[in-house]
Amino acid sequence: MKTITANRLTDGRVIYRTAEGEWTEDLARAERLADDATAEARLAEAEAEPAIAVGPYLIEIEDDAPGGQKWRREGIRLTGPTTGSTKTVNASRKAA
Amino acid sequence: MYKYDTYDHQMVRERIAEFRDQVERRIDGRLTEDQFKPLRLMNGVYLQLHAYMLRVAIPYGTMNSAQLRVLGRIAREYDKGYGHFTTRTNIQYNWPALTDIPDILDELAAVEMHAIQTSGNCIRNVTTDPFAGAAADELEDGRPWAEIIRQWSTFHPEFTFLPRKFKIAVNGASEDRAGLRVHDIGLQLVKNEAGETGFEVWVGGGQGRTPRLGHRIRDFLEPRDLLSYLTAILRVYNQHGRRDNLYKARIKMLVEAIGPEEFARQTEAEWDEIRDSNLVLPAEEIARIRAFFDEPPAATGSAIPATGRADFAAWLRRNRRDHKVEGLSSVVISLKPIGGTPGDITDVQLEAVADLAEKFGFDEARATPDQNLVLPHVRNSDLEAVFDGLVAAGLATANAGLATDIVACPGLDYCALANARSIPIAQSISNLIEAEGLSDQVGDVTIKIDGCINACGHHHVAHIGVLGVDKRGEEFYQITLGGNFGKDASIGNIVGKGLAGEDVPAAIVRALNTYLEIRNEKERFIDTLRRVGPDAFKESIYAAA
Repeated sequence: MKTITANRLTDGRVIYRTAEGEWTEDLARAERLADDATAEARLAEAEAEPAIAVGPYLIEIEDDAPGGQKWRREGIRLTGPTTGSTKTVNASRKAA
Repeated sequence: MYKYDTYDHQMVRERIAEFRDQVERRIDGRLTEDQFKPLRLMNGVYLQLHAYMLRVAIPYGTMNSAQLRVLGRIAREYDKGYGHFTTRTNIQYNWPALTDIPDILDELAAVEMHAIQTSGNCIRNVTTDPFAGAAADELEDGRPWAEIIRQWSTFHPEFTFLPRKFKIAVNGASEDRAGLRVHDIGLQLVKNEAGETGFEVWVGGGQGRTPRLGHRIRDFLEPRDLLSYLTAILRVYNQHGRRDNLYKARIKMLVEAIGPEEFARQTEAEWDEIRDSNLVLPAEEIARIRAFFDEPPAATGSAIPATGRADFAAWLRRNRRDHKVEGLSSVVISLKPIGGTPGDITDVQLEAVADLAEKFGFDEARATPDQNLVLPHVRNSDLEAVFDGLVAAGLATANAGLATDIVACPGLDYCALANARSIPIAQSISNLIEAEGLSDQVGDVTIKIDGCINACGHHHVAHIGVLGVDKRGEEFYQITLGGNFGKDASIGNIVGKGLAGEDVPAAIVRALNTYLEIRNEKERFIDTLRRVGPDAFKESIYAAA
């Protein structure tokens, strides 16, 4: 499963694209894209809206959280810096 | 401190107006991101993981109290209440909105600051010894020369689109606290046999993917020739630097490819053409710039206070430095609280430092390549008041130069280039070293951490370096040993396979304990490592892995 993420032009905040073609900071509201062809088509639509979102790209979603090899990077984008906690540095993917 | 003249003010104001217009055109769609990106980068605006990041230039790390207060207000009004000092002695804000940045730049301009040339393939912020103008071992203050280079390089049309970014450092002391040998150009102030002051010129150092130590290409350069010689070096680089390959574009790769002798020959040949041109620095101009950097007056009879306070005594022992002027000291303000984020400082703390600098520090503070601050000029009789002020602000950690004085890049918690996190590793190491009570026993040692090979956290020149890498979505950390930032600069060597993040703090603690077991009397960590080699340390690092 995939979804589209980007940074909001005006303030750079992390955003996700909904099925209605809007942008939200809430990953739960983001459109889930099951097949690659649809994902690429939606990404092309997002890239055609440069006045809202900067640099849209596809990410993998597993169990409603960022997945794939970029899971940590996308997880940090979703929830913010982990610098307040020294526990999370030690967490493996499973524990996280 | 240097004061802007009419031209400086005009240049900065015009640049802000231009950028404000560019932001407006980007927001309303007249500029695409591809068109806008190089424009925002030229104004220090990056797009990171969570938000825009604004990097503000602090020329040669020098700030006054008015500037510190504005930096604090920007952190409070436009960011999340903190800023982050970098190893290039700049400050970064991690959360500004693009739409606010022109206003932020206006606030900075009001106190003679800007974000110009903090990104892009141009000459970046010129750095020097953070104790310049104060250090007891100083031959000459490096700041006037850094300021001359800043003025010459700002908006220099020939050097705005170099093959890659370009970093220059000036050092005026016998100890190298500016890291000359890991800069594109390093300038060491020296005296010749006639007793005249000039520059030793080093070229081709740098960190990043292929760390290299610079080569000395000239033993003595007269001050009048400084700008013509720099121009010659940059022309050779600009002509022959590898624009076709990002990884080979820095001057260090050119110097390596053709050899330092050939690079020097080409530089000298170019220099012969221009050395008597209008690039000659007139003595009057040197004197005019020097006049901005007066020494503070001596405080005769002002002795370092004897104290029965253990906390104050510990802070004096670690964070005070000898000053060239009688009755004065310099002090390091550690931005490395135990378990904290290296280099971070809150809005309130910035204002507290401003107050202390204004009241007790001849209105001056410095940022350091170790992500700390310095009050360069403090009367010895005011040291206790400064310490009390720092305690109240939460800035009195007595660990300058100790194992908990860790340098770390922002890493994957903020940076779009990073592969792994740096700050949480630094926090874990700091906490464990403190818990083990090792800091004071171990004494001087440098630990520096990077979240990618670009090495903004200088891990290559740390006694113990840590480099984060990503392996199929998991963070691993390579340990390097034997790097050094100073006069006897060296690049650290990787000791073996990467460790999981959870294993790094204990591995480093074991290495520090090994040092305690095998050191000779008064031998620093790096001295022991150089004497015995890395094997014993390597064994301890992997002992329980």
